[in-house]
Amino acid sequence: MSQHGDQVEHEVQDVSSDPHRPPLPPRPSTLSFFQDGSKPNTSSRPPTRAGLVSRATTALSVADANAFSSGSVRNLRSVSSQNISSPSRSKSASRTASETADDSSIRSLELSSEHAQEQDSIFGEAFHNKRSDDFGLDSGFLSTNEAREETELVPQVDFDQEFADVPDEHDDDELAHNLWKAKKKHFLILSAAGKPIYTRHGSDAIISSYVGIIQTIISAYTSWDNQLRSFLADDTKFVILSQTNLFLVAISTLPESEVQLRAQLDALYMQILSTLTLPTLSHIFSVRPSTDLRRPLQGTEVLLSALADSFTRGSPSTLLTSLESLRMRKAHRKIINDTMVKARVDDLLYGLIVAGGRLVSVIRPKKHSLHPGDLQLIFNMLFEAEGIKAGGGESFLPICLPGFNNRGYLYMYVSFLDVASEAVRELDIDEKIAKEDAVAIILLSANKESFEDLQSMKSYLIHELRKNGSMKVIHRAVQNGRPLPTDIVPGTALRHFLYKSKGNVQFFMPSFEAQFSDSQSRRQLFSIYGLLHASVHAKFATVKVQHMVNTTCSALAWVTPMFELYCIASAGTPRNALAQNANKVVQYIQREEERIFLIGGATF
Amino acid sequence: MSNPASATTAKPSSSVKLVLLGEAAVGKSSLVLRFVNNDFQENKEPTIGAAFLTQKIQLSNRVIKFEIWDTAGQERFASLAPMYYRNAQAALVVYDLTKPTSLTKAKHWVAELQRQASPGIVIALVGNKLDLCAEVSNSDANTPAPSEADSEAVETEEAEATEGGDARKVPTREAKAYAEEESLLFFETSAKAGTNVSDVFRAIANAIPEKELKPGKGTGAGRGTDSAISNAAGSAGQATVNLTDRAKQQKDNCAC
Repeated sequence: MSQHGDQVEHEVQDVSSDPHRPPLPPRPSTLSFFQDGSKPNTSSRPPTRAGLVSRATTALSVADANAFSSGSVRNLRSVSSQNISSPSRSKSASRTASETADDSSIRSLELSSEHAQEQDSIFGEAFHNKRSDDFGLDSGFLSTNEAREETELVPQVDFDQEFADVPDEHDDDELAHNLWKAKKKHFLILSAAGKPIYTRHGSDAIISSYVGIIQTIISAYTSWDNQLRSFLADDTKFVILSQTNLFLVAISTLPESEVQLRAQLDALYMQILSTLTLPTLSHIFSVRPSTDLRRPLQGTEVLLSALADSFTRGSPSTLLTSLESLRMRKAHRKIINDTMVKARVDDLLYGLIVAGGRLVSVIRPKKHSLHPGDLQLIFNMLFEAEGIKAGGGESFLPICLPGFNNRGYLYMYVSFLDVASEAVRELDIDEKIAKEDAVAIILLSANKESFEDLQSMKSYLIHELRKNGSMKVIHRAVQNGRPLPTDIVPGTALRHFLYKSKGNVQFFMPSFEAQFSDSQSRRQLFSIYGLLHASVHAKFATVKVQHMVNTTCSALAWVTPMFELYCIASAGTPRNALAQNANKVVQYIQREEERIFLIGGATF
Repeated sequence: MSNPASATTAKPSSSVKLVLLGEAAVGKSSLVLRFVNNDFQENKEPTIGAAFLTQKIQLSNRVIKFEIWDTAGQERFASLAPMYYRNAQAALVVYDLTKPTSLTKAKHWVAELQRQASPGIVIALVGNKLDLCAEVSNSDANTPAPSEADSEAVETEEAEATEGGDARKVPTREAKAYAEEESLLFFETSAKAGTNVSDVFRAIANAIPEKELKPGKGTGAGRGTDSAISNAAGSAGQATVNLTDRAKQQKDNCAC
């Protein structure tokens, strides 16, 4: 594969033209997808692999154009050909096994590479290809529009500007509106009656006219017995979620798919439910449809904004609908789990230890599991918003976990600890702690009188965890942070990856290292992930592996029934190398699975 | 305020359960933050549910350990309030000096406490955000104990207050009259400037009759625990260690 220049050549093989493919065996449990005979370390694979060798399926893209159906395939430069230039390449291709051979399994697409850029500048300047398409509301609303993303791939986001307040209208009308429109992303929530409930940006005065327009458009469709779900206006995507007399609207110019935006709106809706519960929300509107919901929601704007901003920055847990765990030895985790179970009080429903948004330990009753969306709500509340952490001491609050039961409240006891200090004291009120270092003990109960029991459970738990050294273990694990990609695969070209274990509903990622340490480059990274994710999750998509190349990076998405892997390497990294690296990542994670993921958790 | 040495002194120590109530955004959490940590935060995010904190206060003859429930002011949490004020020996009902409706809400809380809380509960009515009010009222409010003699000064102050770009909307006289009528302690405070904050808690500590005081038993930890915790004694010991340590930390944090 060519490594030179900004034009990455695509060798694409159309597998659908091969009628002789044998039926494929089920995926083996050792997941090594990409083979390269030249590499000694992969040659020692289990013998079962031999049976998997089938026709090359490293191929193809056009068959999957359904994900990119709307027009701008001109940016999707894939060439159908049987030419495989180098011998080593054809060898590896022919030995590549895949269970997905009946369909395209690798899709290559090159993203607008008109701008020549240095090869090694991952995410250098953003592309800004001006599009002249005249998408009005009318012509646009039906389009699924993923294809447009390629042109505006990885736009820069100035977060200072993005999150800055929009001044009140009366200061300078036009300026305020321009500032409002300049935001890359908006979240609006309004009632079916058209009352504004929440906006991330701008005052009521600024948004009122927009809210009016949105409500008119939505209700026009409703009156035609239709539901408006999304539309596209120029480069701006509008996605609407209608739930319980609420319209939640996302307006985004970032490269995100409708599905991704809808997941974000869902999370906002869950946040509202967690404050009010579904029966209360329905009741409020059934009694008086014109109710101003801001009053019952008072004080939760910060939680909605914390969620919204995490989506704007790029949230792996929302993208993958899964959670991250703190990596530690299996034996250590077991000790912590056992200690939790031992400390349990009768009223306890769920018990969690969470370090900086990463799960350390979970205990739960045998008959109940925990919904990742619920945990995400809790994590957002504790680690993104300041409300509880800044409250200091201990907190006790009613919370509805919609995934568990959207009809009632649970009572959540939270205590933040600072594991770093010798004494493991409780946090002083408003003490500044890095998000990464904050360790919280979260105890949930259905009994609203359970505070004292839960508090004593916490005291006992801390005492025991200190005694058996687990606090130090947690502290060390937090301090070690996430490994670098090069720690996982020595000398790897991978700059970053996301691995989701479907069975554990958890994800794993390496540290953002120096390259993605600022929020801008991280946003660009997540834009690429968003694109990869969108193309392998598009409706009717049968893609299992997608290779994506542009002038700034080379990326790969790989989906199997067990996991999803998204990885990104510097531009010009040959597909072979990328595939090998992906393989090694998967091998590493399988080896370390019981440390990386919290498997099952303890039950009682 | 609290003194790290206190833990070792021989003074009898007792714990007092105190609850803060009042409309949203009047500064309940800020008062607690000032009292517990001698700190202030602009643009504090609203409390969700309730926060539980502790702080000790030294009196001449004893040590009072406040177990403070800082509740959220939002209406949707109002139904949970009884859980927090039940068995409370003291309550701080807070209103915002620049917002008359918050005094109305405070009066509702006082009525509810008088109706439903423990009979001997000590209630303090606290007007917060004194820093937003004109200077004159400031100096007046610095003399905490309400007394008849003040009333004239109060009137003068009000007259002047309207001039100096003063945000005060609730006259001292009005709130004080109400407090006297209902036999409440009354203070005007500024959590931001620190004005009168420790005085409120000190006055409450003094107002609680000695016989009401339960001997302080460590912390809230270990109380009401019967099931599942066999090593509760160990955890109680733990709690003591925490406290001392925490007091130390607090001193370090303290800017004063």
